[in-house]
Amino acid sequence: MSFPNNYKYTKDHEWALVEGNTVTVGVTAHAASALGDIVYVELPEVGRTLKHGETFGVVESIKAVSDLYSPISGKVTASNAALVNEPAMINQDPHGKAWMVKMELTDASTLNNLMDAAAYNQFVATLK
Amino acid sequence: MLKRTAMYEEHKRLGGRLIDFGGWELPVQYTGVMDEHLACRNAVGLFDVSHMGEVHVEGTASEAFVNYLVSNDCVKLNIKQALYTEMCNHRGGIVDDLLVYRRAKDRFFLVVNASNSDKDFAHMKKIETEFTQKNPNAGSLSVTNESSKYTQIAVQGRHAEAIVQTMTKTPLSPIKYYWFDEGTVLNGIPAIIARTGYTGEDGFELYVAWDKGPEVWRACLEAGAKYGIKPIGLGARDTLRLEMKFPLYGHELSDETNPYAAGVGWVVKPNKGTDFVGREAVLKAKEKGLPYHSVGLKLLERGIPRQGYGIYTADGKTKVGEVTSGTQSPSLGIAIAIANIAIPQSSVGTKLTVDIRGTKVPAEVTPTPFYKRPY
Repeated sequence: MSFPNNYKYTKDHEWALVEGNTVTVGVTAHAASALGDIVYVELPEVGRTLKHGETFGVVESIKAVSDLYSPISGKVTASNAALVNEPAMINQDPHGKAWMVKMELTDASTLNNLMDAAAYNQFVATLK
Repeated sequence: MLKRTAMYEEHKRLGGRLIDFGGWELPVQYTGVMDEHLACRNAVGLFDVSHMGEVHVEGTASEAFVNYLVSNDCVKLNIKQALYTEMCNHRGGIVDDLLVYRRAKDRFFLVVNASNSDKDFAHMKKIETEFTQKNPNAGSLSVTNESSKYTQIAVQGRHAEAIVQTMTKTPLSPIKYYWFDEGTVLNGIPAIIARTGYTGEDGFELYVAWDKGPEVWRACLEAGAKYGIKPIGLGARDTLRLEMKFPLYGHELSDETNPYAAGVGWVVKPNKGTDFVGREAVLKAKEKGLPYHSVGLKLLERGIPRQGYGIYTADGKTKVGEVTSGTQSPSLGIAIAIANIAIPQSSVGTKLTVDIRGTKVPAEVTPTPFYKRPY
């Protein structure tokens, strides 16, 4: 399992791709694999303001429900509607097509909470 | 320390994701719940169910004892026939559900849930004492826990017969649903070969000596390869039974549940001619009026009902029940649930709502089983 080097990560297994003021958010391959077949996704509406660590949605596998936590503080500018109709995409392409929301960063200091790929790799290794 | 079945190394080798299931280290999945579920429905699946508990009841009083122990009528049971039943407590609740196999006039083989097997066996021994005191002249009786001696392997799906037939000389096609035969598999391994299972598919359950498990398991995989056999974990085992509305202890059944409320009244035989544990309490509760019926629900909009979620009237104002099992149905592609619903709202077609994390999602009481096999 590999995690893109240009992404940032949380201990709750969200990834964040920071491009200027825009942050794209999804869940990691580790999360997708641990959850198993994902069959349901609930994402926030465009315009919603989220604080770092706030619940912004839900993913459900056949067996379990899991909350999604915002890796940063910001405002939702796009929500991946295709994912809602095809939740299995999270298992197939968690770091790509299965992005969940795009946010406009409102508090750049919240980026400091995130891990880089190397740190996340180490973190995942400790979970065994 | 978790208990392991004889197939532990096989599960690891097959990439099973092992979890603690009622004290047993067993695979929740190998490749994925969806994939495994559909393999069983569309081809064939292989299950290690060795964690189930097996009890021998033998002696001239065994028929009378088993008939006192369980709610269904075991007197009518033929040799080489099996039946599904509940085992109640004196309060009229359900200690467990189980299968009773009649191996001879005076020999019964009882198969109970893994997570309950210690409790069940203690209950059986208590009832044995009670039975012996009430019927001092009933004859000989022995009730022994043989769980550690058996490996139980289930082959379930439309190709099950073809696969198992390659492993035994015992003719399988004459064995009807809920009947069994005793013979051998592979090179003379003694086996109980039963046309039973808990998936809604045709299939067999094989009971062999504990240590013979791995070779029988591998032989099933080998013989099943050309049919697309897959090992199936606990996750898909649960979704398969749920699509059939087969109840599960801890969800639909509990020590406080009345069998009529739980939808298993069809295995309660109050007029079988002899008393059984819980008979009076079960009937009294039914006469007084049951608090709910266990029924099937399908969601009409997106969302997945889970155990414990509240069920409300269509307007969302009045609570009328609770989900006992729920999932996204891999076969049907919709969210389904088994739920305890107040009787006035429990008839098929009734529109209700399920409280999914604060949102009342429309649902409807639906006929069950949810899934019917096409062959």
